[in-house]
Amino acid sequence: MTELLVPIVVATLAAGTPLVFAALGELVTEKSGVLNLGVEGMMLVGAIAAFAATVASGNTWVGVIAGMLAGAAMSLVFAALALTLQANQVAAGLALSLFGLGLSAFAGKPLESIALQAPLVFRIPLLSDVPLLGPMLFSHQPLVYLSWLLVALVSWFLYRSRAGLVLRAVGESPVSANAIGYPVIAIRYLATLFGGAMAGIGGAFLSIVYTPMWVEGMTAGRGWIALALVVFATWRPGRVLAGAYLFGGVTIAQFFAQGAGVAVASQLLSSLPYLATIVVLVLISRHPNIIRLNAPVSLGKPYHPDA
Amino acid sequence: MWLRLEARAAPSRAMRYLPPLVAAALTIVAGFAVSLALGRDPLAAFYAFFVQPVSSLNGVAELLLKASPLMLIATGLAIGYRANVWNIGAEGQLILGAIFGGGLALHLPGVDSRWLLAAMVLAGALGGMLWAAIPALLRSRFNTNEILVSLMLVYVASLLLSYLVQEPWRDPQGFNFPQSKMFADAALYPILLDSTRLNAGFLVALAVVACGWLFVAKSFLGYQMRVAGLAGAAARYAGFSARRSVWIGMLAGGAAAGIAGVGEVAGPIGQLTPSISPGYGFAAIIVAFVGRLNPVGIFFASLLMSLLYLGGEAAQMELRLPSAITGLFQGMLLFFLLGSDVLIHYRVRLLRRAAA
Amino acid sequence: MIRHQIVKFLGAATAAAAVAVAGSAQAQQPLKIGFVYVSPIGDAGWTHQHDLGRKEMEKVLGAKVATKYVENVTEGADAERVIRELAASGHALVFTTSFGYMNPTVKVAKSFPKVSFEHATGYKRENNVGTYNARFYEGRYLTGIIAGKMTKSNIAGYVAAFPIPEVLQGINAFTRGMRSVNPKAEVKVIWVNSWYDPGREREAATTLISQGADIISQHTDSTAPVQAAQEKGVYAFGYHSDMSKYGPKAHLTASTHQWGAFYTRVAQEAIAGKHKPSNIWGGIKDGMVKLAPINPVVPKDVQEMVARAEADLRLGKLHAFAGPVKDQGGKERVAAGKSMPDDQLAVMDYYVEGVQGQLPKK
Repeated sequence: MTELLVPIVVATLAAGTPLVFAALGELVTEKSGVLNLGVEGMMLVGAIAAFAATVASGNTWVGVIAGMLAGAAMSLVFAALALTLQANQVAAGLALSLFGLGLSAFAGKPLESIALQAPLVFRIPLLSDVPLLGPMLFSHQPLVYLSWLLVALVSWFLYRSRAGLVLRAVGESPVSANAIGYPVIAIRYLATLFGGAMAGIGGAFLSIVYTPMWVEGMTAGRGWIALALVVFATWRPGRVLAGAYLFGGVTIAQFFAQGAGVAVASQLLSSLPYLATIVVLVLISRHPNIIRLNAPVSLGKPYHPDA
Repeated sequence: MWLRLEARAAPSRAMRYLPPLVAAALTIVAGFAVSLALGRDPLAAFYAFFVQPVSSLNGVAELLLKASPLMLIATGLAIGYRANVWNIGAEGQLILGAIFGGGLALHLPGVDSRWLLAAMVLAGALGGMLWAAIPALLRSRFNTNEILVSLMLVYVASLLLSYLVQEPWRDPQGFNFPQSKMFADAALYPILLDSTRLNAGFLVALAVVACGWLFVAKSFLGYQMRVAGLAGAAARYAGFSARRSVWIGMLAGGAAAGIAGVGEVAGPIGQLTPSISPGYGFAAIIVAFVGRLNPVGIFFASLLMSLLYLGGEAAQMELRLPSAITGLFQGMLLFFLLGSDVLIHYRVRLLRRAAA
Repeated sequence: MIRHQIVKFLGAATAAAAVAVAGSAQAQQPLKIGFVYVSPIGDAGWTHQHDLGRKEMEKVLGAKVATKYVENVTEGADAERVIRELAASGHALVFTTSFGYMNPTVKVAKSFPKVSFEHATGYKRENNVGTYNARFYEGRYLTGIIAGKMTKSNIAGYVAAFPIPEVLQGINAFTRGMRSVNPKAEVKVIWVNSWYDPGREREAATTLISQGADIISQHTDSTAPVQAAQEKGVYAFGYHSDMSKYGPKAHLTASTHQWGAFYTRVAQEAIAGKHKPSNIWGGIKDGMVKLAPINPVVPKDVQEMVARAEADLRLGKLHAFAGPVKDQGGKERVAAGKSMPDDQLAVMDYYVEGVQGQLPKK
């Protein structure tokens, strides 16, 4: 059993990592009161930008940075529409997702069927030699460790730093934050950009580490699952990690079940991550208090300093 | 220089109808820019995109054929969107409609009556409503976000269709290939224009658009839902429950998408196959917005979107442009629209920033 | 019968081409030929091989043909419009290269009786609609032999798309080839429900490897399984195209598709006005299926063994499904001394002995 445990855990963490990035970014965006439904589009554009940059430069990290910048650039379009031009946030987010799908497919045409070598896993010295736990937790792609680091950083930022307090205040009540003298729109811009950059890294992970190849629409709904994860985590960074790995695990389980000879229609197995998302959403949202206590009060509501 | 938005005292009526035109114009300008950047003659690209597809009777028929599901779904979605009910899973509801309508056709192979088709349309509407009822129920009972649930169900629906055509509904004479039998003639929409593919499904779509218009523009319920969308508190005060909005909004979208699904399988496809829609359920979201959530506008917006599809295909055949360009332009169209919507509620002023 | 015809044709094709070019040098309008592809051409995979075939035909026939292709045409309602567009714009011969184009092709063919259509992998034929396909399973049998000799764990993993006969023929032929030289060997299958989904293909391949497979075979369209094998340090077989550059160490060989000679012949017949659409199912001996160069890590004696089997397949002395063929449940499907006839092959819906797990429920 243990010889299967290690590959299952490793595969689960890898499958969950793009979700960690994207959901963590969206969490920060939402904490500032902005609902950006364009995660799927930002991930896709991040994925193709990262892939193109890696192919051109031969360097994974150049790719990651390109993905990050591309995701941020996409979120800037959203911010301009939703924050400056006061467009409906739901509509603008949907538009971003649809646009990202089209843009990435278009830009990715010449890069189809080029293959990259996946970057090497990084074994953390000493720790990776611990039996069982070493190969399970400390022999991963560098981006996996980065995602852990970011979870810790975002947690600290939101609940321990002064800037985080301001960000949350803006999400709770932009009017009073503005009255105290905080630049509400600017803060929301920054939070949105962070969300875009993180979605971009999530996309980059998919295209240059996980697959590693560019395929049209390769996020396959992960951006939407990331949005669901934010609700699942009740806007708490640590729980994003748990949620992402839960979904990673469900994704991986279908392959292990098939390989082990379980005779269930493979379509049913493939639909499990989506069904699981729905079940989890229901479980979380049926307690209105959980949502009310944790969700940013002004989430998704437009705000204009003059209004 | 600095742009500044000034709220209008009242939303501008004139400006309500300007943004779609501005957006279409900006999309064309962007199209010119893209073709120049790709080293193609922009005029040739314009011709391939917007003229060539409709330069023959067959082309016009194809345009209307492709616009039918778009206008259908968008009309249904708009009813919900007006009340801030965000159903974005129309693609899945379309698939369920195809499964229900198509399933009926497969299980009544001997029936040779025009009523079969009517029953299929009804079954399709039911199927779409059933799929839409899941997020509606979860939203009204457990306050679960309908955006995410309806979207997750798209993936589930397409896997369900894949299972059905691979296993129970597979054509026994089809060498195990994943697709159903071809439908009998009675289960197919009759062709409207000889030697084209334009079928009576287009008339059904028009009828639904007309009903949609009556509902939003003339009915009291439609008015109440609009109010609920604009000011939830006021509607609640007037005794209109948010739950009703959710149910009506979701079911309208589901029914329309389901009918569109029947239109595909009883129209150009003629059987159940693993993939029956190139994303009409998503494109219809753009159509709904570009059409100002108004069925009349949606009719014209669906023609424009349909033209973008055909144009993308023509551009690939004539100019070797990747067909993904369609998605790019569709996304841009919606961006430009949302951006220019600002004109409705705000005046844009150029300010010279005074030195501090 | 069919196979005899095609052998004659293919044998004569190149020679005839040279003669034909010289012979009818009168300034003729080139024959317009259309191709409809289901995916982007890319540089490996199903569509890539069809496009290689198109190019080979262009090279052989030169100015006598003018080809046009449309790639990435989704199966379904849009395909019919594209096929119709090609037929209406003067293409006298149209190749539709994916199964899902079958009904659209037949529909369009009815409105264009003067245009010839050739549909790959389908089964519906008309006066002006022919079908063509290759016996991919013959290549599978050969790769199975290599797998049987190269495996240490006696488990091979197979990443598969959909449980249709063509894919099951491949899995079963591979398994039989493998067990013909290594009776202990078994095959594990994971279905990914997609012809092309690198993410899932890769995940399936790594799962198979972690469950003990040390050789990966695939019936999907991307190079992801070969890449995954390369990274995990196990062997793999490419499919459709030679995929060695995606995993130089892992890639032992690939069962490749070769359409060029067939396309050339059909075009020549059409130019001469003598094309009669029929049902073509060609294999190794017709040159439609070929092994890619074998990786030098495969020992000489194994390579020779494969070469002998290939020769036997070509001569008809060997059949991938020569009796006795037993399915997984032990039921005899073909008696000893007989070979499976084509009509049974065409509806295969079971695993043979040696495949682990159960086929998803019917």
